[in-house]
Amino acid sequence: MVATVMSAAEPKAARRKAWLTNVNAWLLLLPAVVLLATFTHYPILATLYHSFFSLGRGGASHFVGLENYIYMLDDDVFRQVLRNNIVFALATVPTSIALALLMAVWVDKKMAGRSFLRLAFFTPTVLPMIAVANIWLFFYTPDYGLLDQFLKSLGFSGHNWLGDPSTVMSCLAVMVVWKEAGFFMIFYLAALQTIPPELKEAAAVEGASRWYFFRRVTLPLLMPTTLFISINALINSFKLVDQLVIMTKGGPNNASSLLLYYIYEVAFTFQDTTYAATLTVTLIAILAAVALTKFVYLDRRIHYQ
Amino acid sequence: MKFKTKTLLTAGLMTVMSLSASVAHAVDLTMYYPVAVGGPVTKVIDDMVQRFQKENPDIKVEAVYAGNYTDTMTKAMTAMKGGQPPQLSVLFSTDLFTLMDEQAIVPIDEIAGADGKEWLNSFYPAFMENGRVEGKTWSVPFQRSTIVLYYNKDAFKEAGLDPEKPPTTWAEMVEISKKLVKKDASGNVTRWGVEIPSTGYGYWMLQALAIENGQKLMNEAGNKVSFNAPKTVEALQYWVDLAAKEGVMPKGAVEWGTLRADFLEGKTAMMWHTTGNLTAVKEGAKFNFGVAMLPAKERRGSPTGGGNFYVFKSASPEQQKAAVTFIKWMTAPERAAEWSIKTGYVAVTPAAYETEAMKTYVKDFPQAVVARDQLQHAVAELSVHENGRIYKIMNDAVQAAVTGTQTPQEALDSAQKQSERVLSRYK
Amino acid sequence: MRQNGHSVETIVAWALALLWLLPLAYSLWSAFHPSEYATRFDLTASLTLDNFARAWRQAPFARYYVNTLMLVSLVLACQLVIATLAAYAFARFRFFGRDVLFALVLVQLMIMPDVLIVENYRVIGALNLLDTIPAIALPYIASAFGIFLLRQTFKSVPNELVEAARVEGASSLGVLWRVFVPLGKPTYIAFGLVSVSYHWNNFLWPLIVTNSVESRPLTVGLAVFGAPETGVDWSVITAATVMTMAPLLLAFLLFQRQFVQSFMRAGIR
Repeated sequence: MVATVMSAAEPKAARRKAWLTNVNAWLLLLPAVVLLATFTHYPILATLYHSFFSLGRGGASHFVGLENYIYMLDDDVFRQVLRNNIVFALATVPTSIALALLMAVWVDKKMAGRSFLRLAFFTPTVLPMIAVANIWLFFYTPDYGLLDQFLKSLGFSGHNWLGDPSTVMSCLAVMVVWKEAGFFMIFYLAALQTIPPELKEAAAVEGASRWYFFRRVTLPLLMPTTLFISINALINSFKLVDQLVIMTKGGPNNASSLLLYYIYEVAFTFQDTTYAATLTVTLIAILAAVALTKFVYLDRRIHYQ
Repeated sequence: MKFKTKTLLTAGLMTVMSLSASVAHAVDLTMYYPVAVGGPVTKVIDDMVQRFQKENPDIKVEAVYAGNYTDTMTKAMTAMKGGQPPQLSVLFSTDLFTLMDEQAIVPIDEIAGADGKEWLNSFYPAFMENGRVEGKTWSVPFQRSTIVLYYNKDAFKEAGLDPEKPPTTWAEMVEISKKLVKKDASGNVTRWGVEIPSTGYGYWMLQALAIENGQKLMNEAGNKVSFNAPKTVEALQYWVDLAAKEGVMPKGAVEWGTLRADFLEGKTAMMWHTTGNLTAVKEGAKFNFGVAMLPAKERRGSPTGGGNFYVFKSASPEQQKAAVTFIKWMTAPERAAEWSIKTGYVAVTPAAYETEAMKTYVKDFPQAVVARDQLQHAVAELSVHENGRIYKIMNDAVQAAVTGTQTPQEALDSAQKQSERVLSRYK
Repeated sequence: MRQNGHSVETIVAWALALLWLLPLAYSLWSAFHPSEYATRFDLTASLTLDNFARAWRQAPFARYYVNTLMLVSLVLACQLVIATLAAYAFARFRFFGRDVLFALVLVQLMIMPDVLIVENYRVIGALNLLDTIPAIALPYIASAFGIFLLRQTFKSVPNELVEAARVEGASSLGVLWRVFVPLGKPTYIAFGLVSVSYHWNNFLWPLIVTNSVESRPLTVGLAVFGAPETGVDWSVITAATVMTMAPLLLAFLLFQRQFVQSFMRAGIR
């Protein structure tokens, strides 16, 4: 008897409970959803929308289809900043990853003064990029900057590091590697500590050399971390432009300009917001491609702990 | 419906606010201004604003330093688009067309009232050139300049040159520069002959060279430029050759910001720079230095430069009146003289040079009037629609040429093509 | 032989570490010495605080400090509350649209507010918030990263603890407050440190939305102060630079282990 009553009431109660759960969950999520929608999802869609309109300076803007995109493809500066950005990513990402790995291995070992090493490598990470740019700007100042003074004391002649299109990119890349390597070191350090010590002992018993062990055991185990860092470093290379504001303003002749900096210039200095939207769409597309590669392709192939 | 209530509310609020404002007799003004030269310029401005407020207790001015000219224009435009424009600003005198296109500003003579005409006629005409369009005066000169040649007299003496005879022609400048270059034992240059800055304001320097070569860079309407005219190319070629061929200037881009320090440290014997830097150079120089007009090719010449006051359209009529009161105060002869003495900018009215303070100053420091005297040769600075964009295109071209990425012809051809594309909308 | 290899490696590591500290050491050198020594090294050079005094006088750094402190605390406080609620929902509730919603949250990990400056400026303008500290904070206070981290933490909370609290009669929020939040403490600290250092250092967005001294954070203040056009004395600029980074740097030196572990925790997924 009791059982039948229960079974009749059960679906109803369960539905009610499910409904309550839904309401509860959505209430909990409400602030986050509203804010994310306002400051992430809506702006992404609005960017796309505005990229199809004319600027209408002082007048009404109207739908122009792909005109802004055609203008973009014909824009030498756009092509240059895109190229710069790719070069910049190729220069900074692998270098900082390699250095980060080296640093992590050192700090992970029982090396003399390892806490000092860790401190030294990690410190640049907590400094503001603006402050860092100020300091490095003076390093690179021609003639009386630190770098030129050092070179001159060795008998070399000075060089206008940031004023020469052939050196400015490398100078900025060195600085960014300096700032970021310590950050990525931390991820490697965390990963290294998860490698069971027994593995190492076993390898030692087998008589494997350190290099062999590193290459055949450590490196493969670090693969997921390496990919994770690569993605992050890649994204960073597209969104970090603070240094340009201080050091070069993208010059000389756009030699050091990056995509986001160009967007900033077009949107706020030239007040051409629709073209800036068009450029932003490109940037979003690049970031989305990176993200999709990660989610769809890599996550499936790489085994995460 | 909802919208209507909101408008009504806002209107009501505004009435209340304006009422209370007129009761309290305090008008609030926000002003953005740029700094492009050395020295404690922000302090000078703050100090002047303080004194103005003491004399005019019913007006409150908040002066906001916003970076260099480009930064300040960026800030003002961005704030305006966001619905919070300043009531007045000091911006490039040449941003006029851009500001008009954005419908951002109002003509000053419409607010200045009855004696406005006389007041506006008291300025040097050369400085008014950029502010008058369509028969109206849209801006008032404030921190105005021309480019001058600073030279190290001690270095001249050391090189066996007459320190009272700075170069007067392009050819002379090369010749003298060659004598001024100093090298150490291993052949490294320790002192350059001359430096012309190519970052930030490279377009301005190229303009000076072009004017001297007899070429104006833009038309009156601000919708046509002649960047790849043969004489402009020749001007840029001369500039490039100073480094590449004559070896009297460092290769690569020369920083506007650090050039003054280079000069003061004796890294270069001569520099082209704004007269706005004069006081900072005077304070910092440990050697005798002279100031001269720029050398001539076909003629003497320099573009005018620097910033004017603009009053924004969105300001209330009271604010606009108050802004003009402030501008009048800031440009009155005594203040113009003070400002010129403290920075080096050209005082904007002839009357300022008749003040006691200025007379005394000039007597001991005759360098202070070189830039003013150069006004007779000066030409209005390049001013076109979408000024910021065109300046950038020009700067890029200058930098491409001085760094050797492109020849002057290529760089300027490309600049011309890009500019025409931008300006085609304004024909 | 092997021992030798080790010591060579140690030397190389140390050399790199010293090289890594050089820029910082140099900025401290020039900030604490008279400007004649900005480019010269002389152990007998006298120490001075003069550069700091001059920087402090020349720009309203006190106000910039207050602004930055308000900014980072506002951001952090909001982020923690919002992320906690959202993470709790994702970790502990089965509800309609959960997976889609979570994917939408993750979008922010890849396309951060940092790149959406143009449209976010419009949004902030429409909200009539330009040139305020909330304007700098708003785009960041729903942090996908925070939600993600806390969700992972909350998922690992044993069911028994939740049941026990339920038996005692705690509501949903009561369980969150009494069980999940205390257990999430290490994650909170980790996220907090990462967030504070991120927003202390953030620059481009604050540069765009602030117009006045009243809302500029330290980084923007420093950039405006040190613009090369003004040719401010190099030593004074470094002094200002040191001031900007000092609080974070000191905190880092004092709680180094905590910092490193936090960043490690925040990085492991």
